[in-house]
Amino acid sequence: MGHEYETVIGLEVHVELHTKSKIFCACPNEFGAEPNTHVCPICAGFPGMLPVLNKEAVELSIKAGLALNCHIAEVCKFDRKNYFYPDLPKAYQISQFAMPICQQGYLEIDVDGAPKRIGIHRAHMEEDAGKLIHQGAITETLYTLVDLNRSGVPLLEIVSEPDMRSAEEARDYLEKLRAVLLFAGVSDCKMEEGSLRCDANVSIRPLGEKKLGTRTEIKNLNSFRSLERAIEYEVNRQKERLEDGGTIIQETLTWDEEKQVTRSLRSKEEAHDYRYFPDPDLVPIHISRDWVEALRRNLPEMPDQARERLMKEQGLPAYDAAIISLSPDYLAFFDACAARYSNAKVVSNWMMVELNRLLNLHNMNISECKINSNDFILMLNYIDNGTISGKMAKNVFEEMFATGSSPDKIIQEKGMVQISDEKALLQLVRKVLEENPEVVRDYKNGKEKALGFLVGQIMKVTKGQANPGLVNKILKETLTEE
Amino acid sequence: MNLWDFPVYLLQHKLQSGEISSVEIVRAFRERISQVEGKVKAFITLDEEGALREAARVDQEGGYTGLAGIPYGLKDLICTRGMKTTCASRMLEDFIPVYDAFVVAKLRETRALLMGKTNLDEFAMGSSTEQSAFFPTRNPWALDRVPGGSSGGSAAAVSAREVPFCLGTDTGGSIRQPAAYCGVVGLKPTYGRVSRRGVVPYASSLDQVGVLAQNVRDCALVFSIIAGHDPGDTTCVNVPVPDFVSALDEGVKGIKIAYPREYFALGVDEEIKAAVMKSLKKLEELGAIVEEVSLPHSEYALPAYYLLAPAEASANLARFDGVRYGYRDLEADNVIDMFAQTRGTAFGAEVKRRIMLGTYALSSGYYDAYYLKALKVRRLISSDFDKVFASYDLIVTPTTPTPPFIIGAHVEDPITLYMNDILTVPVNMAGLPAMSIPCGLTRGLPLGMQIIAKPFAESLIMQAAYAFEQNTEYHSMKPELEV
Repeated sequence: MGHEYETVIGLEVHVELHTKSKIFCACPNEFGAEPNTHVCPICAGFPGMLPVLNKEAVELSIKAGLALNCHIAEVCKFDRKNYFYPDLPKAYQISQFAMPICQQGYLEIDVDGAPKRIGIHRAHMEEDAGKLIHQGAITETLYTLVDLNRSGVPLLEIVSEPDMRSAEEARDYLEKLRAVLLFAGVSDCKMEEGSLRCDANVSIRPLGEKKLGTRTEIKNLNSFRSLERAIEYEVNRQKERLEDGGTIIQETLTWDEEKQVTRSLRSKEEAHDYRYFPDPDLVPIHISRDWVEALRRNLPEMPDQARERLMKEQGLPAYDAAIISLSPDYLAFFDACAARYSNAKVVSNWMMVELNRLLNLHNMNISECKINSNDFILMLNYIDNGTISGKMAKNVFEEMFATGSSPDKIIQEKGMVQISDEKALLQLVRKVLEENPEVVRDYKNGKEKALGFLVGQIMKVTKGQANPGLVNKILKETLTEE
Repeated sequence: MNLWDFPVYLLQHKLQSGEISSVEIVRAFRERISQVEGKVKAFITLDEEGALREAARVDQEGGYTGLAGIPYGLKDLICTRGMKTTCASRMLEDFIPVYDAFVVAKLRETRALLMGKTNLDEFAMGSSTEQSAFFPTRNPWALDRVPGGSSGGSAAAVSAREVPFCLGTDTGGSIRQPAAYCGVVGLKPTYGRVSRRGVVPYASSLDQVGVLAQNVRDCALVFSIIAGHDPGDTTCVNVPVPDFVSALDEGVKGIKIAYPREYFALGVDEEIKAAVMKSLKKLEELGAIVEEVSLPHSEYALPAYYLLAPAEASANLARFDGVRYGYRDLEADNVIDMFAQTRGTAFGAEVKRRIMLGTYALSSGYYDAYYLKALKVRRLISSDFDKVFASYDLIVTPTTPTPPFIIGAHVEDPITLYMNDILTVPVNMAGLPAMSIPCGLTRGLPLGMQIIAKPFAESLIMQAAYAFEQNTEYHSMKPELEV
């Protein structure tokens, strides 16, 4: 049969807000500490302890909301979300249910070269739970340890509208969302450390149908790649099921990274009744318009603005501009280089090809990269003035990346200086011509390709250090003279 | 008169004049406790030796300001660093907090001496102190009767002169009802007047810490210490704390007092009605203007309260899961069973009843009909009070519909027991301050009159109560405990 289906995706994204302390107590908000060292009676849920809201968490939430074009509530409040779990010290999570801080925003992604708006339904503040550490596999573990360092870390849950129509759009949205949050300075958005977490709601419907199909929710999506793969897998699973005459069951799934399949966690019937109700320990928060406007005025440049600027002021193609404006650190590196180097496109090429290749290879962020913009420009200058060839430059760049040494030092140490001495080159050319009389004959008979071979021979003897432009020029001149 | 018979303000006076030392005071109360505690059973934990050590230190330091050198008792759900805080529950039988409640820190600062932790209905859920997991406390006026609850231990301790004052908590009447039953003064402050930090919550939007003492002046003295802003409790309001003691002498002349007709119906004992009417006449004689009013939504307060308070309690008590502290069932095979068996074993029947009630009221599909409806009733009750307070300064009612009942009389009948809070619950629903003061005896049992005011007008309550007290003898009546 093969019906045409439309995919409908909405994402729920949790980001840890990058505050100094936790959302309801003074414990430091810091990743990677020894278990249970950032814990106090409040975040450990001891009897009689009361939460006091961290103003910085509200401020970062407002910033995020503004960056996502949201309406910032004048009054918002906290609710209790009730469920039992050993990592949840109070057996309820303080969250915002009825009155979230941000609503009705949007984010633009690029679909086939045209901008597409993805709605932000809401964004609300909540506290994170602790972590369980099982001794071995969860089904066989004899005991489980609880680490409450993460308990009470401030989170912002950002819920999109079901506006995405493919796994690729979902990935683009998540990348864009991450970029916006990074630029706004509200979170470090590290998926590998869990400071950015994503659940996907996926459904399909016959093309042209207005009603939404039954959705499933996929959890445990730890990377952009798993998001994309899980959605693709799930869309296919749903299609096959419908094609086989089955129906979709509303359920929560988990993405099995190893087997690359979605598996059922619990059905709708097994879903928790969270019994939300207003938290009587926290008074409603009134957010003054003055505060919001002050934050709006001081909002840093956003990815879209940066992209515009790169295109207009630096003349970068849209593709380059979009990639460079995905992360503030990346953009800062570009800006630092472009400010002191005339050809922005050359900078962008190096960043997108060589730098990205090395970063990906070593699974690093640009903030961890040892190359500074001064050295990078110096290297470009050496290419321009003929000290090194483009090919040599790649080696220099790799060395700079690995050691953080300056290009001067590397070029000197490795004897990489390009041979641009015309006399020396002329001698070499003559020698090569003498050694290859047949090739010279071929060239003279009109075989253009023969020239390439000759160039190659010269590069071979000079171990690639001959200036290729000069070699070309001298070769041609000498061949005409003969 | 024995030293243990003295109220706070006289002990203070004797200390300041150098007539006695704090150590002597503590010894006197230790002696008194040894004589009567076996009958009354007001305390879960006693630390007379600790109090004695502190007393010696206070004596050495001298300068008896504030409540320095005065012993007191604490309802055992107010957390004390280094001293067990059980909430009268098996769940927290061995729980020793690493922190002091805000009010305890305040009392330590003023160098008052903690004698021990008083009994209560488990997690403050009850009106008789029979729901304590450990033992019931007895009414010093009649040992076969309840002292009221949930702050029954605190009221009985003051009534039996085991300590000159206690702190209690009041969620639906838990200070005022036992105060009335034990013939002492009990103040439930405005919601937000006193910090709840470090007080194990029953229903957070209703709970408030208050004072139980022999008389109004003592209440004012203690209240001056514990009232005031705490940035660690966002529901604790930052408003100025007036001088409650110096306001006492202002009298009631020209003060407009309303008595709501509904509070003299609702199955209220005839003798109690008569005693309160007589007291109102007294206030009139003293210059107050007394008129009848109506609080039409009063009868809905109790059912609404028994939805809201259990709803909040169901979440507040969820943390007792055996993971981090308190009782843990060690037999369970997995974590879900551990939760269930821990809670099933360590919570008493009334606590379980209220957790279930609250869980039900918040459940999907019932929330609107129960929880939300109860919130609306709460607003109506508040606006009833607002209307009366637009024209009146104070409202006077009986504190309880009946005198203290026989231990065990209502154990099988929780609804009758719940009815006992019918006159006190509306005050908590509206967040108002109220005080119960002794206003007579019936068949040898004390009766209480409740005085209610606008938010943060505790001063006016105490002013009227003090005027009444100065012109009557009820507050000086005390139980004849055979020694």
